[in-house]
Amino acid sequence: MVWNTDAGKKRLRTYMSGVDLRHLTTKVLKHWMLLVFAFVSTAPVALVVINSLKGRRAIFRNPYHLPTAETFDLVGYETVFEKSQFHVYYFNSLFVTLSALALILLFGTMVAFALAEYSFPGNNLLRLFFLLGIIIPIRLGSVSLLRLIVSLDLIGTLWALIVVYVAGGLPLAVFILTQFMSQVPGELKDAARVDGASEYRVFWLILPIIRPATGTVSAISIIPMWNDLWFPLVLAPGEATRTVTLGAQQFMGQFSNDWNALLAALSLSSVPVLIIYFISSKQLLQGLTAGAIKN
Amino acid sequence: MTASLARSSQPKRGKPFPTHIIVFLAPAVVIYGLFMIYPLFDSLRLGFFVQVTRGVEQFVGTQNYVTLLTDEAILQPRLLNALKNSFLFFAVNMLVQNPIALLLAAALSTKTRGGLLYRVLIFSPAILSLAIAAFVWRLLLSPLWGIVYDILKALGLGAYAQPWLGLESTALITLALISAWQYLGIPMMLYFATLISIPNDLFEAAYVDGATDWQIFWRIKLPLLMPMIGIVSLLTYIGNFNAFDVIFALKGADAGPNYASDTMMTFFYRTFFGSGFQKADPHMGAAVAGTMFVILLAGVLLYLFIRRRIRSYEL
Repeated sequence: MVWNTDAGKKRLRTYMSGVDLRHLTTKVLKHWMLLVFAFVSTAPVALVVINSLKGRRAIFRNPYHLPTAETFDLVGYETVFEKSQFHVYYFNSLFVTLSALALILLFGTMVAFALAEYSFPGNNLLRLFFLLGIIIPIRLGSVSLLRLIVSLDLIGTLWALIVVYVAGGLPLAVFILTQFMSQVPGELKDAARVDGASEYRVFWLILPIIRPATGTVSAISIIPMWNDLWFPLVLAPGEATRTVTLGAQQFMGQFSNDWNALLAALSLSSVPVLIIYFISSKQLLQGLTAGAIKN
Repeated sequence: MTASLARSSQPKRGKPFPTHIIVFLAPAVVIYGLFMIYPLFDSLRLGFFVQVTRGVEQFVGTQNYVTLLTDEAILQPRLLNALKNSFLFFAVNMLVQNPIALLLAAALSTKTRGGLLYRVLIFSPAILSLAIAAFVWRLLLSPLWGIVYDILKALGLGAYAQPWLGLESTALITLALISAWQYLGIPMMLYFATLISIPNDLFEAAYVDGATDWQIFWRIKLPLLMPMIGIVSLLTYIGNFNAFDVIFALKGADAGPNYASDTMMTFFYRTFFGSGFQKADPHMGAAVAGTMFVILLAGVLLYLFIRRRIRSYEL
């Protein structure tokens, strides 16, 4: 295309102005669409939280209003704390999720280090062995898993959940961590070895280098463990071992007509998680993005 | 010192088999092997057994599977219904969630003011548990509270207002849409990550040649996204074929009304633990799990087959 003729310049001008106008419309459309979806994604939970702070009458009369001095009422929360053990559920969920996460990270990095660092017979086979767990959901093994947990006398304990979540979380963790591990420069490790470091010491020394990867793995592992309903239901359904998800689900089944209690229970099980999410969202989403690009 | 020097010159040929490798591998291999791989294969094995008396099992070959496929009283109709519903649940997620996620990711991957905030907000439901999100929607859809009905009326769609969760014709689709709503952020982030990893010079060259945004999307971005679309489809398939939480939370193990929202996973749960209308039978449950195993594996193989056939562009 020749732009330095008159006709060419004219075409360029029309083209550029067209681009500007089109850009503007695209921009407006784009923001409008994003706003709509941001609203649709957040409004339901926001509405529940707002109404959990009101009396029963106000919930139905004007659900879209923020609580005022007249309509403000914490009766729902009172019912929840009276009739259920939310603090116990929270402790259980935290204990299970954090213990399982710590074990996934420790054992996962150890395997990843070995797979990336040494070539030994069966290395590739072992990678396939772990890959299997990414494809097949652990839930399909529940019949046998339940027997195993019963025979190990772990049934109805939080440890049942922890070992199952570690087993279920390891494959993906190993997969991601191995990719990061294989990018750690060899000179570093060899330098340590020349200085007489044992293999365990070498492993210990490179842990700080793969810290970004552990962030990604934590983000990916925590969410499904915290939110799981299946295994708490199958392996530890008792009142004392209920996790937040199971506890809330059972509570809401029982109090399905007490709207104040329902809204309060929903808020109690979602707000703390959302606060942690919003605080850490930047790192979390960056971690997910990095993880996705790597894979 | 000599030992470590020898190792550093030949770090990848450790002979005799070094113990430290075993130390590194053992904990994960034991836990994963014992609590995941063993139960998966042992469950498959149990599908070929029945319980004779308490604690005594007998090998019966494929009898459980035959019963599952031919018992016209309960199992066969339930199985076919659950199978149909599972695929429908997957299809709704695939056809609704996937294109919207792609559209949002395409919008966010261009320079956008407030892009991070949009991503944070749209992703936020995905961190809640499905059981909680399902209950939120049950309240919003309740005719008693009428939130969704108000909105439909405001949009002039009042005629469509129905108790969707309670109707046989719409219960499953509504549940699938709740799940699609909740997890929209995950495929969005995966597409977003792929799109921002495409180098800018590719578009700049196209812009100079006079390509429109639309053309750039269809001709450049979409072909580069194809592998990720494949991965997202596979993840959607695996995730939704096991859909349980949303259905159990709102409809219980019987997945009403009249099994209209019954999927393979709720069917599995009922067969395994029993319900009002079906007696608990772990061995038949194992056979149901075995059936799901086969269907899942078929899906994965289909994915691998298609991926091999489709031209993929490497950056």
